Amino acid sequence: MEHSAQIASVLTTEKPEPRPLPAYLRLARDPKVVCAGGFIILLMVLAIGAPLIAPQDPLAQNLLNATLPPVGFADAEPGFLLGTDGLGRDVLSRVIYGSRVSLTVAFVAAGLACLIGSLLGLMAGYLGAITDAVISRLVDIWMAFPPVLLSILLIAVIGTGLHSVIIAIVVIDWTRFCRVVRTETMNQAQMDYVIAARTVGFSRPATLFREILPNVVPVLIALLTLEMGIAVVVEAILSFVGLSVSSDTPTWGGMIAEGRQIVHEAWWVLAVPLAALFATVVAFNQLGDGLARSLDPVLRR
Amino acid sequence: MLLAVIVRRAAMALITLAGVAVIVFVLLRVVPGDPVAMMISPGATAADIAALKAHYGLDAPIPEQFRIWAAGIVTGDFGTSITLHLPVTEVLASRLPATVELALLALFVAVILGGGVAIAGTLMRRTAGETVIDGLNSIMLAVPDFIWALALVLLFAVALPVLPLTGRIDPELAEGFATKFYLTESLLTGRIGVAGNILSHMIMPALALALPLAAVIVRLLKQSLKEAMVQDYVLLGRIKGLGELRLVLQEALRNAIGPTLALTGVQFTFLIGGTVIVERIFAYPGIGNLAIDAVINRDFPLIQGLVLLFGLIFILVNVAVDLGVAALNPRLRYA
Repeated sequence: MEHSAQIASVLTTEKPEPRPLPAYLRLARDPKVVCAGGFIILLMVLAIGAPLIAPQDPLAQNLLNATLPPVGFADAEPGFLLGTDGLGRDVLSRVIYGSRVSLTVAFVAAGLACLIGSLLGLMAGYLGAITDAVISRLVDIWMAFPPVLLSILLIAVIGTGLHSVIIAIVVIDWTRFCRVVRTETMNQAQMDYVIAARTVGFSRPATLFREILPNVVPVLIALLTLEMGIAVVVEAILSFVGLSVSSDTPTWGGMIAEGRQIVHEAWWVLAVPLAALFATVVAFNQLGDGLARSLDPVLRR
Repeated sequence: MLLAVIVRRAAMALITLAGVAVIVFVLLRVVPGDPVAMMISPGATAADIAALKAHYGLDAPIPEQFRIWAAGIVTGDFGTSITLHLPVTEVLASRLPATVELALLALFVAVILGGGVAIAGTLMRRTAGETVIDGLNSIMLAVPDFIWALALVLLFAVALPVLPLTGRIDPELAEGFATKFYLTESLLTGRIGVAGNILSHMIMPALALALPLAAVIVRLLKQSLKEAMVQDYVLLGRIKGLGELRLVLQEALRNAIGPTLALTGVQFTFLIGGTVIVERIFAYPGIGNLAIDAVINRDFPLIQGLVLLFGLIFILVNVAVDLGVAALNPRLRYA
């Protein structure tokens, strides 16, 4: 085989086409993916190592040190790099601790929404007929709710707290995965390889999970990353309104709500967590975009 | 044919709306929190509580409560708000105009801004200007209205304190209006100073709602315009001596606008959903802000009315978009 290939390439005097790079190498060469991924890894390190990294106790109040500006401004204290809030708590330490809630929600809520939505989408797309009709109608009804309103409604029903926020995000956002996976499954189900698998005697579940699913996964990974960004924002919104975790746990949304109240006296209490939220959302989004481009064979071309 | 499409659409919409109604109703009945418990004074007796429950119809079995509520809706009666002690219909009618004006102003800003940048980007194609627009826009696409709203608060509260941060209109000006459509009415009656005051309150929330939509419009419209600019009819226009700007506006835009209109319609429903949190941030007295209060206070009748109203608005916008797209594209008219 090797010989004939060499002979063929000599005869035609054409170089053999270079093998396309594996996905992980392509990703490592995309500056957007590297920056965004690097930022998220940094954030994960900060979240996990918060007790070691944060310069101050995020809950320690000291009214004598209230609303100190960030270092570099007049009246700043060197111990409080990004200033203090209205109760004299260190803004930098609170933002570092706040990343714990944000990232927990990002990974757990987005992961569960992905799992549930994909399963229903696979079923709707592959089984068709009544299963598809029921699931699709359900998705339509779901999407008639404004997501922010539905999440607030759900929190009102199940109570506040981290679990509730995660449940609310899963209950709302499974439809995103369901719709995309359903369409993708329908497209894949018509391909020759699926018919071949059925012909050689694969059962329907085996065809679905061993043949179709691996071909849906690239789309799913990109969608999951985008969903993590959405989950971080939803958590921030719910904390902002006061419907997330209790106020003695630092969250970016909770800090933003406090900062909104005293924006005229201490703008940094709003600006710092808002910047953290902005950077995180943009990072997840750029990473998702980059993944979609390098994992999707159609977009790649 | 168009009529048949409308009828089928309306039937689907009714089924969806009925589904929304049932889900909201059932969800709220399984809530552990009791709305009556939140409104009684600490010294109330069991008899007082029972009387209050009976007053709001909360003592009947759940299917019976649903029957009464559904029968009421058909006749336009959504019940009485528990916290505001007013008919839900009245509360919604007094708050809805503020949100309608805000959402439409935001849509207008988004279309002007998004369309303008898309056309500018098309004129600058294959230059550094286009790279800058694309780079900025890819970041803008990721930023939700919540972050924009707070960034605007930061900008206009600290760096440039020229705009009011909360409300819809200065209280001393909010008199002598025949309707709740303050902006429309003041413009129609020529009270320009009042309209200016209302606009100064509305511009920040409207901008926060508009920017994410504008980013979506820029991406799609610019792509469509660039594709149109290499078509033969644009070449013909160029041979006839039309300038670049006229080519884009007269030839390319007309052919490229279709997909953008359809997407803008769909995205407009997201914008309406965004009013909930943006109105909250700016203490703007619309139905979005009302919704958060209603949920915090567990005001069941008001929540049900609000969710149905949002559902209805979403469905109406979707139907209008479908019809608009069908009317613009003859090929879709029979689909």
